[in-house]
Parts: sequence; structure tokens; C-alpha cells
Amino acid sequence: MSSLSRDDVANLARLARIEMSEEELVSLSNEFTVILDAVARVQEVAGADVEPTSHPLPLRNVFRPDVVAPSLSPEDALSGAPAAEESRFRVPQILGEEA
Amino acid sequence: MALSYDDVIAKYEPVLGLEVHVELNTKSKMFCGCSTIFGAEPNTQTCPVCLALPGALPTVNEKAIESTIKIGLALNCSIAPFSRFARKNYFYPDMPKNFQISQYDEPICVNGYVDVEIETDEGPKSFRIEIERVHMEEDTGKSLHVGGATGRIHGAEYSLLDYNRAGIPLVEIVTKIVPGTGKYAPEVAKAYVAELRDVLRSLGVSDVKMEQGSLRCDANVSLRLIGAETLGTRSETKNVNSLRSVERAIRGEMIRHAELLNKGERVVQETRHFQEDTGLTRSGRSKEQAEDYRYFPEPDLVPVAPDAAWIETFRAGLPERPSIHRKRLQEAWAVPDKEMAAMINADVLNIVEATVYLGADPTKARSWWLGEISRIANEKNVAIADLDITANDVAEIVALVNAGELTDKLARQVVEGVIAGEGKPADVISKRGIKVVNDDGALMAAIEKVCAEQPETAEKIRNGHLPAAGALIGAVMKETKGQADAARVRELLLGHLGQI
Amino acid sequence: MIHLSAAQMAAQLVSGATTSVELTQAHLNRIASVDSDVHAFLFVDNEGALKHAAEVDAKRVAGEKLAPLAGVPLALKDVMTQKGIPTTAGSKILEGWRPPYDSTVVAKLKANDIVILGKTNMDEFAMGSSTENSAYGPTHNPWDLTRIPGGSGGGSSAALAAFEAPLAIGTDTGGSIRQPAAVTGTVGVKPTYGAVSRYGLIAFSSSLDQAGPCARTVLDAALLHEAIAGHDPRDSTSINAPVPEVVAAAKSGNVKGMKIGVVKELNGAGYQSGVRTRFEESLELLAAAGAEIVEVSAPNFEYALAAYYLIAPSECSSNLARFDAMRYGLRVGDVDGASAESVMNLTREVGFGREVKRRIILGTYALSSGYYDAYYGSAQKVRTLITQDFNKAFEKCDVMVSPTCPTTAFKIGEKSNDPIAMYLNDIATIPVNMAGIGGMSLPAGLAPEDGLPVGFQIMSPAMQDQRMYLVGAALEAALLSKWGAPLLSQAPALAGK
Repeated sequence: MSSLSRDDVANLARLARIEMSEEELVSLSNEFTVILDAVARVQEVAGADVEPTSHPLPLRNVFRPDVVAPSLSPEDALSGAPAAEESRFRVPQILGEEA
Repeated sequence: MALSYDDVIAKYEPVLGLEVHVELNTKSKMFCGCSTIFGAEPNTQTCPVCLALPGALPTVNEKAIESTIKIGLALNCSIAPFSRFARKNYFYPDMPKNFQISQYDEPICVNGYVDVEIETDEGPKSFRIEIERVHMEEDTGKSLHVGGATGRIHGAEYSLLDYNRAGIPLVEIVTKIVPGTGKYAPEVAKAYVAELRDVLRSLGVSDVKMEQGSLRCDANVSLRLIGAETLGTRSETKNVNSLRSVERAIRGEMIRHAELLNKGERVVQETRHFQEDTGLTRSGRSKEQAEDYRYFPEPDLVPVAPDAAWIETFRAGLPERPSIHRKRLQEAWAVPDKEMAAMINADVLNIVEATVYLGADPTKARSWWLGEISRIANEKNVAIADLDITANDVAEIVALVNAGELTDKLARQVVEGVIAGEGKPADVISKRGIKVVNDDGALMAAIEKVCAEQPETAEKIRNGHLPAAGALIGAVMKETKGQADAARVRELLLGHLGQI
Repeated sequence: MIHLSAAQMAAQLVSGATTSVELTQAHLNRIASVDSDVHAFLFVDNEGALKHAAEVDAKRVAGEKLAPLAGVPLALKDVMTQKGIPTTAGSKILEGWRPPYDSTVVAKLKANDIVILGKTNMDEFAMGSSTENSAYGPTHNPWDLTRIPGGSGGGSSAALAAFEAPLAIGTDTGGSIRQPAAVTGTVGVKPTYGAVSRYGLIAFSSSLDQAGPCARTVLDAALLHEAIAGHDPRDSTSINAPVPEVVAAAKSGNVKGMKIGVVKELNGAGYQSGVRTRFEESLELLAAAGAEIVEVSAPNFEYALAAYYLIAPSECSSNLARFDAMRYGLRVGDVDGASAESVMNLTREVGFGREVKRRIILGTYALSSGYYDAYYGSAQKVRTLITQDFNKAFEKCDVMVSPTCPTTAFKIGEKSNDPIAMYLNDIATIPVNMAGIGGMSLPAGLAPEDGLPVGFQIMSPAMQDQRMYLVGAALEAALLSKWGAPLLSQAPALAGK
């Protein structure tokens, strides 16, 4: 029976950048035992000889010509910003290194 | 105790891995139609797509595909008949979607190679660097870190984000591991990046200016004991912003790894940042706690399946390979290998070629760039490319010397003046009043005056003691404020004193 | 006049019997009267709607040539961006956000001069089958206000059933148009994937999402379908082919000689008995209209639900990463000394609801290194198998049919604590999205045991959407004969204010 421990869920929550409460971590861990069993069924028929589908339609080579199109005005671009300064988005101090 | 490089290579051999990112020079971004012009006001070149507003969708820039295929062909890669975009998922404020559209296990170009030649103790040696893959991805926005000491991220109070550069097309070129360079690892790496730069420049797909970030190199280095089979732990060094830095970074990392290993310590697998001023690297993000990128095929974009005929049109249109081009120049100019290597090493080959194209004699062009101008660059501790003198200027100066309007000595003054920012050669000449005194009459007047002032020396020459002429010539030069043609003065002087 | 069909309203506008302003005002009045009970709408654009209606009336008076549905009002699921109008996707994380751009669907609606009344309620980020996951409270089924209207597009379907709008736009990822249509006694269509642009559709699961028309009649849905479908260069997954002639098909309704495939694995075994009764009756009616009923099998359908609950969460875990409090939307915790990371983490914790977080975590897991092949990778293979099942089956029939969902509308709160029970609502609708083909639900009548609407699902091969409309129209006509009046006339009248 597949399951996720509370710590597993905590790791996933970290990867997903969600600060979950202890209650949520435990209850999700419980729920996943049932859910994972249900979804693991896909392995029953997913044979090595079956190609995966990532796009429903057999489209290929859809391109856009290299032509400049109008951008949003900076006012529009920043219109939803929780905080802005000098036409830039203002965000709290970033702890991590740039990739 | 600090190890010397010789100590390091006596015991260890390096293995390299180089990742180069190229900014393409398309007019619009990789996945949207926003302009790519550099230096615009913040957030004036953004749209729902590159801002990652809810509901936005990417569309692939056709020119970026073409450029990438050209790059792959020029690097001897196979072009994949089927390739896909993939999402690389991680969170960072400069990356609006919190995933980057890149390519994962199905890149557009694979399995190529680049041959480079370097000078070794045993003469020129060729190395083949194998290319694992070439793929497409998008660049991030730019952050300004405010409130900290140096504008860097540590200690900043907050950050300001500009997404104009988010979505600029990038091509990533990744080598397979490069063993067997031994003590020449730094030179090989530098030569590889230089060759890539030349290839990309000749394709016209990027302006490849390392200092401006349109060509970026991440250098991976590991060491192992000479003769060992298993690979050592590698470190990745970023922020390598010039060819010289590539060399220095690798040399520095080799020494750093060796020092650790000699002490019995472990090399940490991590990302480090190169520091221009010290030539050393600083620890950055630890790669041991590697982020799981959860790659999966990008569902908003369909696969790329370039047809063979389309690819062949690019192959047919490829420009001459830089190495072939160089051989052709070498033959045309009849330049010995050592001098050719010197030009390549000093990174002046392009500008010499440009100068020749503008009409200068190859030998003269070379001697100016490799000689006087190189000397000045070294004195100022800058690259030749950073000096304010152009191929045009040098070609003009050479032409003036040929026409007899400048002597070599005066030409050097003009070069100095142009570099000092006094203007174009014509401006320098007029501002400084540089003029060759061509007029025999004026020269004779000076000669007679000098002979009258130094009668004993003049007499020696009349009696056949020619070496004494030097002193009088010098005096004439002084008299004419250095603007006489020394050779002509000699001729006239000797004539005047009956020696010819 | 709010009880007319959209086609009838359009005819009245053309004849001059009414104006768009009158029509729009009548609907706005209806919304003001009943929506405090139904709660179909999250935002009503009184000013904008009347302004546009007036413009359309002026154009008509000036003799301009107008689109078929010009001047007819419509309700828009709050998952489509509309410039300057609050767009929330049913989530707190986008509370108050006004997009600076129109989705392509909205641009087309405006180009057709269809009047947008407002934005309708939905399960948060389209995740759910009951609209109970909306951060703004559930919508109530007009047939019985204690019951769910279906989901995720419960607001749009409820608005239709409550006569608050004659047309609506929904989106369907696993059944979110069709299942609400079924439980509210309305018509809902998920066109072939790629038929309608996704540009401006706030993404849940990119390879499954599709916008589609919702209405009270098959012809109305067809008219709206033609208004919104078509190639969009802004959407790389958009079909570059002419829109199929769905209006002609809806007007024809001639199914003589058509082969209708009953899917053995979706024939209603185990479903609520009234659902089966109505389904079988509909088959008889279609046979009487000249169609041939054949049995087809799709053995891999039993894995569709499992595959869907891997693919959709995986894609959504990535699609929802952009909601990070940096550029738009909710930001909490931005106090002295807080880092961007902590603000991001807290905002997402507070801004996303339970179901959304559940799916993000599940999706993150399914994509994670070491688990990809077993979960996401395997699910993509099941997708291939399901598509092959459909292809094989469509060799034997022109369309496939099934009941739309296993039960009629359940009570609000009844299944909200049991995710698996909730997921089972989509068991018949999900295979359609997995294969990217077309699916329609239309009302088949009421279940005798509870008097609640039952839906009949028609599935057509990719790029053959007109077949759904053909069969749908035939069934609708036959049922109308049987009922004597549209089904919704049997719905209890809403008390209203």
C-alpha cells in the first residue's frame, strides 16, 4: 500500500512553497494513502510498449514569426502589483541565490 | 600552504565540463512578441506572457528555432527529428512562471564537437571537445537588490524586479566531459569558448559579448589522481565574464580542489561565483541539496519536428568555419604559425582582418595591433577591445604613413592620441599639429643650421665617419620638433656633407 | 422574456420587438432578484453590460451588419480574463485582481457584440465537481437550493437554469461543463481540444482544459460555439482548421442511419436508478428517430479516473506556481524582516483552498524524481490507451453515448469531506478530456425518485463536433415532444426578492 508520511508531505509542501499547518500535513498524509492506491492503478496497464501522450492533438511545428508586437504599458504591467517602486515590482528580501 | 599550479598538475589531472549560454539576437522574445532591445525603461517590454499573468500562453519564435539549428549544424551536431520543450520547475522571483520553459530529455541538437588548437611546450596541439547537446530556453528578469552594502543580494532589504529581459531567447551549449587536457585545461577551455564565440559571431545569431552577458560560461571542474578511473567531485563556477576569466577560474579551481584533496578533505559539489578582482571563487548554492526540477513535457507547446529539407537549407547556408577561415587568412598573409597563434591569443585576429579589409597591408596591420596597441592595452591593464581605437583608425594611419604624411614615430603619437580620446586620427593630427616636414628646403635649412652648430661632428662625417651622422640627425629631428622623416634627413645630410 | 431561448431573443432583437438594453436590464433585474439565493454570480457588471447593450442597439439602428447573437446577454465563468473586470478563478489568491488583458474568448464575445453580464462562480481554479470549493461560497442549484449545481462551472449552469442569462461560457477539464449541465437540466458542450482558444483561460490542466458554450437549448449552444471557436495564433495548441458547421447540424437534427455507440463500461451499471432509466429512454427515442444503437467497448476507461487524477494535479502544480505574491494577487505576511520566500509560502497557504493544495501536493509528488515513471509517466500511457479505445470504437459508430454522471444533484456538504466520492462524479466525463475529443451533455429528463435533472452525454470524434449537435438536437426534439414544454419549465419557481 502506497503512502506518504507526514514528513514526505512536508517536503512536498516545501517544494511547492506552501507553508502548511501540522494538521494539514497529517491529514493530507492520511488522505494520500487512499488516493495513491486509487491512482497507482495506472501502472497496471502502462506497459513498456505504450507511448505516452503529452498532447491530445498531433500538432507539430507551430511557430510565430520574429516580429515585435506591442507590449503592455508599464502601468498595465504593474497594475496588479502588491508593491511597486520606480516602475519595478517590489518584493521582500530574497534569501536564496539566483540560479 | 598555497599550492603552485605545477604542484597540482604533478599529482592530479583535471576533467572539465563547460556550459555556455548564448543570448540570441532575435527581434522578439522566445515565447512572446515583446521587443528584445537592450536598455529600455523597466517593465516597458513585457506582456501577459512574459509576466506570467494568469491565462497567458507561450508561442515559439521561429527565428530562434532557425538560429538554434544553425548553431547545432555549425557545431557538427545531429538535429533531432523530434524535440520537445519541457518545464523546469523551481521558484524564484525573477522567473515569473516559477518554471522555465527549456528542453530536457529531447533537445533539438545532440552529439557534436568543436576542435581547438592551443600552443603547448611541444608545439601546437589540437583538442576535440565533444558537445553533448544544444537546446533552447528563456532568460529571467533582472533584480536590483536595495538596501544592502554592495547592491548584492546578501543583506539587501528588498528587491526591485524588471521583467524586460524575462523571456529573452537563450541557447545552452553543453559539452560532454572533457578529460585529457592535463596542464592545459585552462587554455583549452579558453580556446573552446573563444572558438564558440567566433562560430556564433560568424553565424550572426548573437552579438556574443561576454562582458555584456550575451555569452555566459559556467565552468565545471573536477580533479582525480593521474591515472585514476573514477571522476572526482566537481564544482560549478559561474559569473565568468571574459575569456581571461575562463582561464583564471579553471586554474583557480584546480588549485583549490587540489589543496582540499591534499589535506584529505572533500570537495563539495556546489555552485561557486568567480570574483574578478581576486581570481578566486566564492561559495554559492550547495548543489548537494539539489532542487528537484520535476521536468515534464510543456503542454502549452507542441513538439518541434524540423523536416530534413529545411535543415539542409541551413547547412548549405553556413558560413566558413572559423578554423578554415583562419587558415585561409594565414595563407593569404603568409604569416608563420607562431605569429598566427600570437594574434589569436591576443584576440586581435578579427580586428586585424578588418583593418586589412579597409586597405591596410597585412604586415603593417599586424604590427600595429600586436605591437604598439597591445603594449598600450597591457599598460592600462585592459583588453584591446576596450580601447577607443578602431580598425578604421589604424587603416587610416597606415595609409597616411604610406603616403609619407606620417613617419612611424609620428604615427605612434597619433595612435596614442586616438586611444587617449582626442578624436579620430585627423583630429589628433590637427590638434597636436603633427606634420611631417617633407619640404626639402625646410630640411636643408635645419641641416645647415645644425652643421653650423656642430662643426666638428660635421667635419667627421665629411671625412667618412658615417656613424657620427646619428647625432646630427637627432639634432635635426629636435630642430623640426620630431616631424621630419629621419630617413630623408639622413639622405640630405649625407648628401650635403658629400657622402653620397 | 428571460425565459426565451437565446435564438428567440436574437430574433426579437432583429425584428425590433425588443432592444438589447431592455433585454440586458431584464436579466440584471432577474439577477438582483434571485442571485442572493442562487449565488451564481461573483461579479455583476451592471454598468459595462448596459453600456455595451446601448452600443449594440445604436449599431443596429444605424443599419450595421451584426453577428447572429449580437445584443444577447451572457454569463462568463470567472476563469476567463476580462480586461478591467474582477477575475478570481473562484480563489482568494486573486481576490480583486483586474486583468490588463482580455482572453481570446472574451475578445470574440465582444467582437460578436454579445453582452457580458458578469462573472460566474466556480470551484477554485476549476478543481471540483460541486462549486463547493469556491472561496466565495457555493452556488445553489435552482432546482433545489439545498443542492449543488455541479462543478467546477456550477455558476454558469445555475445562471442558465435560474434564467439569469440565456447563454454562458464554461470550461471543462474533466467534466466541469457537462456535469453541471446534467444536474441543472441545461446544455453544456466541451468542444474538441484546441477548438476554442485557451489564451486568457486561467490554466488548471493545460492538456485537458477547454472552454465551451453553455445554454438552455442545443441550437443556442451551437450559435455560441460558432461565435467563440476558431484558430488563435496566441495559443499554440489551437486547431488551425475551419470551425465545423455546428449550427447547421443543430438545425438539422437528422440522425437517420447514424450509429450510436453505447459504451459498455459507461452504460450506467451502478449509477442511480433514475439516471439509468432516463438514459435508456433516450436511447429508445434516438432509435425511434432512425438511429441504430450499437454496443462498443472501451476496456481502458476504468483507468481514466486514476490517470486524470495524476495528470491534472501534475500540470496544475506547475500552472499554479505563478501565484507567488510577487507580481499580482494576494500578498500576506509582508512585515518587517519577512523574506520573499516566507511571504510566498504564507500567501499560498492562506490564498489557496484545501482541494487546490491537495492537488498541488499530489501533482508535485507525481512529477518528482523517482516517481515520475510510476505516476505521471504511466498516466500519460493510459491516455494513449484511452485514445486508442475511442479510435477503435469510432470505427463502429458515429458518436458514443453514456449518462453524463452517476447521480443527480447531491446535497451541499454531502460529499465535501470525501475526495474520492467527489472525484467519482467525473467518471463518465473524464475519458473525453483524456482523448481530447468532443463531449456534450443535454437534459434527458428528471429522475423519478427525486425529481432532479439527469444528463445524457454524447461524445464525438476529434474535429467532428457537429455530430454531437446533430444527435443532441434530435434527442432534444424528441424529448420536447414527450414533455410538451422545455424541461426547465418544471423547475420550481425561485421566490426571489
